[in-house]
Amino acid sequence: MQVLQGRAGWIVLALLAIAFPLAAQNNYLVSVATQAFIMAIAALGLNLITGYTGQFNLAHGAFMAVGAYAVGILTVDHQVPYWIAFVLAGMVTAVLGFFVGILSLRLKGHYFSIFTLCVSYIMFLLIEKWESLTHGTVGIMGIPAPTGIGPLQFGTPLSQYYLVLAFLALGIWVMARIVRSLLGRSFMAVRNSDELAEALGVNLMRTKTLSFVLSVTYAGIAGALYAGQVRFLGPDLASEAVTFDLVMFVLVGGIGTLLGPLVGTALVTFLTQSLQFLQDYRMVVFGPMLILLIIFLPDGIVGTWLKHRARRAHAARAQASPHGARNQAERHA
Amino acid sequence: MELFFQQFLNGLTVGGVYSLVALGLTLVYGILHVPNFAHGAFYMAGAFVAYYLMAVLGMNYWVAMAGAAAAVAVLAMLAERLVFHPLRNAPELHDMIAAIGILLFLEAGAQALFGADFHRMPTPYGQIVQVFGLTAPLQRLLIIGAAFGLMVLLHLFLNHTVLGSTIVAMAQNRDGAALVGIDATRVTLLVFAISGALAAVAAVLYAPINLVYPSMGNLVITKAFVIIILGGMGSFPGAIVGGLIIGMAESFGGFYFSTDYKDIIAFVLLVVILSFRPHGLFVAKGAR
Repeated sequence: MQVLQGRAGWIVLALLAIAFPLAAQNNYLVSVATQAFIMAIAALGLNLITGYTGQFNLAHGAFMAVGAYAVGILTVDHQVPYWIAFVLAGMVTAVLGFFVGILSLRLKGHYFSIFTLCVSYIMFLLIEKWESLTHGTVGIMGIPAPTGIGPLQFGTPLSQYYLVLAFLALGIWVMARIVRSLLGRSFMAVRNSDELAEALGVNLMRTKTLSFVLSVTYAGIAGALYAGQVRFLGPDLASEAVTFDLVMFVLVGGIGTLLGPLVGTALVTFLTQSLQFLQDYRMVVFGPMLILLIIFLPDGIVGTWLKHRARRAHAARAQASPHGARNQAERHA
Repeated sequence: MELFFQQFLNGLTVGGVYSLVALGLTLVYGILHVPNFAHGAFYMAGAFVAYYLMAVLGMNYWVAMAGAAAAVAVLAMLAERLVFHPLRNAPELHDMIAAIGILLFLEAGAQALFGADFHRMPTPYGQIVQVFGLTAPLQRLLIIGAAFGLMVLLHLFLNHTVLGSTIVAMAQNRDGAALVGIDATRVTLLVFAISGALAAVAAVLYAPINLVYPSMGNLVITKAFVIIILGGMGSFPGAIVGGLIIGMAESFGGFYFSTDYKDIIAFVLLVVILSFRPHGLFVAKGAR
């Protein structure tokens, strides 16, 4: 277990991910993994606003769809090169996120969640009905794969895999920088209590909005990568089912932890693949699993492990200094 | 004038159905302070139970409605016992996610049993009738009569019976209710049963002029949320007024602007209203 901690742990994970296609030897598995990585990028974003800042956003999947559609519309209808469309997709979702954020984040708790659920529905209905822009229910077909950068080409599943992996690694690195910074601390202060955060001098609205914009930018970029990989888009991408999937990924892994969304996405994708024979009915199994998980393992896999480790470390420290242990005992008495 | 009347009738029909669904939602919210995302799945389950009773077992429309109400009431009580009760001390995020778990399960369950196709529910009331020289489909009049009749019944139950008063008491002040000896567990179960039954009845009323399919609850439940936010979360009259506002807005909006976008109207209305009044139009008495 020691190997899997800190910087060494991340290097092991990265090496595993780099070696995966060599072990898989199979384009299908490689593209499943690529899609899992894309979802992991979106899940990282959801974890920022929901796990670290404590605002349960139910429009995250819709923002992913906005990013994807931005790429789809720009590349197919306006022949914009992929990477320019990619950057624009990120910007469009960020700007949209800013406006939705300043409206929705004035609401608290349930009101915020329900408001974002409605926003998600508006986006879904717009994508489905606004045929002149989004091609309606027909969807957008023939989205080009990401164009090459210099000597790098992204036409094959394998090269796509490494491209997405690179973005995921970048996403994790940026997220780690965010949550370990003062900004990350202020996000967590907001999660613990609005009043507490304000008393500490945190500008509530600005902090929440920033968290929201950063979070949906992750979703937008994930969507843009999704468009380049799947190369077909339909309005279903904006349905709340995608958001619920992302919620599940974050929760299974452990909400409010850096590693959680990654573990959750990998594990749930693996389970989904092994439940392939159930097809559309896999939710008959997943629904109850989600409920059992939230009742018996509310911190998720990574969260539970971190708590366990913290307890052990605490016990070890108490053992090392009997004085401290006595203090501890007194406090608990 | 005739067209105006038609739209008014449509608004009343849809509004009545929305109000019933929103009433169940607001009752549960008033007691538990949980936005029950699974409520739309209860609505869908009600429609499927009635469809099964009528189309497969050949039962009468009203018997099927009673059967659906009973079945969904039991389903809602099971959800309370097995899911929400164990989570009563958990953070609110966990309740919401658990409700999503129930929703996913029921939706996939219905799809596994009945397939993803659309089903048409038979009704003995397909006729067109003349009212004051204007034509109206009988099923719509039936919906209006039944929905508003049920609301009156519910009002009488909550305000003029001891059992109903315990529900109101608990919604207003949980600790106070406990102090005077109200059994919170039993009242919660009762509220879930009523809420489920209301959703089922609404579904069985509305299904003959709509269709029955596994995801039929999604749009209705999101609108019901819009309604209870408009009316104030936990407010009883708010749910009825909110339901009628949304029903009318959709009916007239769909007619005078565009049918394509009529489903968006409710949400746009909410976004606009909440942008100016972050706590909804009316302040709820019952909810915190």
